[in-house]
Amino acid sequence: MRNDASFSLHIPEPDARPGGIPDFSHLHLQPAGATARPAPDTSGIALRDLPFSFVRVLDEDARAVGPWAPAIPVETMLRGLRAMMLTRIFDDRMFRAHRQGKTSFYMKSTGEEAIPVAQSLLLGAGDMCFPTYRVLGWLMARDYPLHDLVNQIFSNEKDPLHGRQLPILYSARAYGFYSLSGNLGSRMNHAVGWAMASAYKNDDKLALAYVGDGTTAEGDFHEALTFASVYHAPAILCITNNQWAISSYSGFAGAQEAPLGARAVGYGLPGLRVDGNDFLAIWAATQWAIERARANMGATLIEFVTYRVAGHSTSDDPTKYRPSDEANHFPLGDPLDRLKRHLVTLGHWDEERHAALTHELDGQVRAAMKDGEAIGTLGKSKPPVSEMFEGVFKKPDWRVIEQRREMGV
Amino acid sequence: MPTMNMIQALNSALDVMLERDPDVLLFGEDIGYFGGVFRVTDGLQAKHGKTRCFDTPIAEGGIIGAAIGMGAYGLRPVAEIQFVDYILPAYDQLVSEAARLRYRSGGEFWAPITVRSPYGGGIFGGQTHSQSPEALFAHVVGLKTVIPSNPYDAKGLLISSIEDDDPVIFMEPKRIYNGPFNGRHDEQLKSWAGDPTAEVPEGHYTVPLGKAAIVREGKEATVLAYGTMVHVAKAGIEDSGVDAELIDLRSIVPLDIETITASVARTGRCVILHEATRFAGFGGELSALIQERCFWALKAPIARVAGWDTPYPHAFELDYLPGPGRLAAALLKVMED
Ligand SMILES: Cc1ncc(C[n+]2csc(CCOP(=O)(O)OP(=O)(O)O)c2C)c(N)n1
Ligand SMILES: [Mg+2]
Repeated sequence: MRNDASFSLHIPEPDARPGGIPDFSHLHLQPAGATARPAPDTSGIALRDLPFSFVRVLDEDARAVGPWAPAIPVETMLRGLRAMMLTRIFDDRMFRAHRQGKTSFYMKSTGEEAIPVAQSLLLGAGDMCFPTYRVLGWLMARDYPLHDLVNQIFSNEKDPLHGRQLPILYSARAYGFYSLSGNLGSRMNHAVGWAMASAYKNDDKLALAYVGDGTTAEGDFHEALTFASVYHAPAILCITNNQWAISSYSGFAGAQEAPLGARAVGYGLPGLRVDGNDFLAIWAATQWAIERARANMGATLIEFVTYRVAGHSTSDDPTKYRPSDEANHFPLGDPLDRLKRHLVTLGHWDEERHAALTHELDGQVRAAMKDGEAIGTLGKSKPPVSEMFEGVFKKPDWRVIEQRREMGV
Repeated sequence: MPTMNMIQALNSALDVMLERDPDVLLFGEDIGYFGGVFRVTDGLQAKHGKTRCFDTPIAEGGIIGAAIGMGAYGLRPVAEIQFVDYILPAYDQLVSEAARLRYRSGGEFWAPITVRSPYGGGIFGGQTHSQSPEALFAHVVGLKTVIPSNPYDAKGLLISSIEDDDPVIFMEPKRIYNGPFNGRHDEQLKSWAGDPTAEVPEGHYTVPLGKAAIVREGKEATVLAYGTMVHVAKAGIEDSGVDAELIDLRSIVPLDIETITASVARTGRCVILHEATRFAGFGGELSALIQERCFWALKAPIARVAGWDTPYPHAFELDYLPGPGRLAAALLKVMED
């Protein structure tokens, strides 16, 4: 070792940029069934290696294998498939609606639908999800009305959020879906606080929160892990590692130095690293975390390994910073296709039914869009301007009262 | 002389400074390979190398904290915060650290950092891509806050900010990155081409911090504005028919108090325009200063035109952002008084 070191500044660089050959070998993914399933009430120290392994249930032939294979009623899997299909169809239609000027903004969750859909079906009505903007599947799995989504996205007169919030930053309390905001990461601590309140009240309600891979860099994420650890908060803290944060690959969140799920270790929390494109693995891992929380053993951190197939948002062109065919090289396939193949393998689904359901769901989405368009799209219809002044405080103070009068609304 | 829009002028300022000073380096979310979500750093990594212009983790407190550390070492870091709405996780670094490092260390350490960040409304960006938090910075002693309104100033002010030995928040009016919208929010964008302020020298030049610009001379009233609102003010003055003097503050700290007081002393009337919410906005400070210094010259109460006191409302953007109509009405009102 030299002791007259002259340093050099390291700047991470992804394996492939546009024109390059995608390579995901750095993910070190293990085959389905390879990782042991410890009992959910195992003590922390024995769980240390878990986030460095990989929970995966569906194998290459779409069969459920290994110790994590869950017992999910066929009905539930079919509901999951339907919600994933609906999410994908809705995303595609809304993305196009943006191109036609009907909304100011949209973000797709293509390739990541299995995570919120499985978890939404698994958690109870009283539990609360603290979402990111990329978990529409949660609402779809709970049959949130398509009309309300469309009207919010079009910011029209019937917008359930009264024109105050950016498209897709929904709030749906009755569906266990906490208010979204544009600030990354800031609701992670709310989830932990909500879970602490549930414990304080000797209640049985869980909190589940999502952050993206990029967002794990924010201080809020680390504060939330500390609080969750200190107070044994009944929370399930999820990282949707879709490999990209706009143009920055996950290496800029430190994912190349250690798996993001392994952040759990330093906080004394159990951490799981899970195939995020595998409906069954998501289900099994979440169930494990629920059982653990229900045994009063506190929070679990779960990293879901997935891939952001679409651009970041309607403002983004991903071909500027990553190979255009990178999605095809992602080793975990497509979550919708994998669940479909699993159901076909079990004899509960086939191509005809799939085509018929696609057609039916597309019809539902188109009908909801048409109704939304009849009310009005961005700029053609909006809630009454008086709504701008409502809800700042519970009771309006003199400032908004005077200003409303000045505007004459 | 080349014609540049605001983005090209900012890019040129950064390019010039990377070329001139090896201690200048740029970092922020998505600014390296990709060149930034608004393309302000486009091409700079390819030209100057990965360690001169690079991406960061999504951690605004980390970005500004690291910038302070680099600045204390002796570098001149230029950090980008992707939208100024997202600077708040770094507020403690700005308030408790950058702003006081020189003072509390008896001059041993200081933070010669520049924090660039797009601000303001007009792009249907909703609550967290539209805000104008300049008052939050102006209130903090030890921070400078600069807000250009055109490409020429943008480049010259950015170079001055980078060369300044104190921390500077450089707020970029994203609504006019690509063109002055002639102040009328609901009309089509017009490109910067043909505007005299889009004639931008290629090399190094500075526009000093703390020197306001008189955009339009007038005798009957003074209008104070900065950033996007300079263009709204131009349109509003035109609509009102009032012979108003328009002052573009260019930086709110340091503030060009001489130019302001000289103008109001002459005109006797003043309207202050900003898009930030009105209550405790920077207009309140301007109003107090003018009242303290020009009271005996005033012929009418000072008026403020500002964003309403609500969070930024997505669907009501055009109702919320002050437009020429509201400025014109305020001007006519101060003329009556
Ligand atoms: C506090 C904050 N900083 C920056 C941004 C701008 N921004 C929006 S999304 C995004 C990338 C997020 O990436 P990731 O967490 O991986 O989530 P993904 O979009 O991939 O689902 C950034 C930088 C923001 N919204 N909030
Ligand atoms: Mg991501």
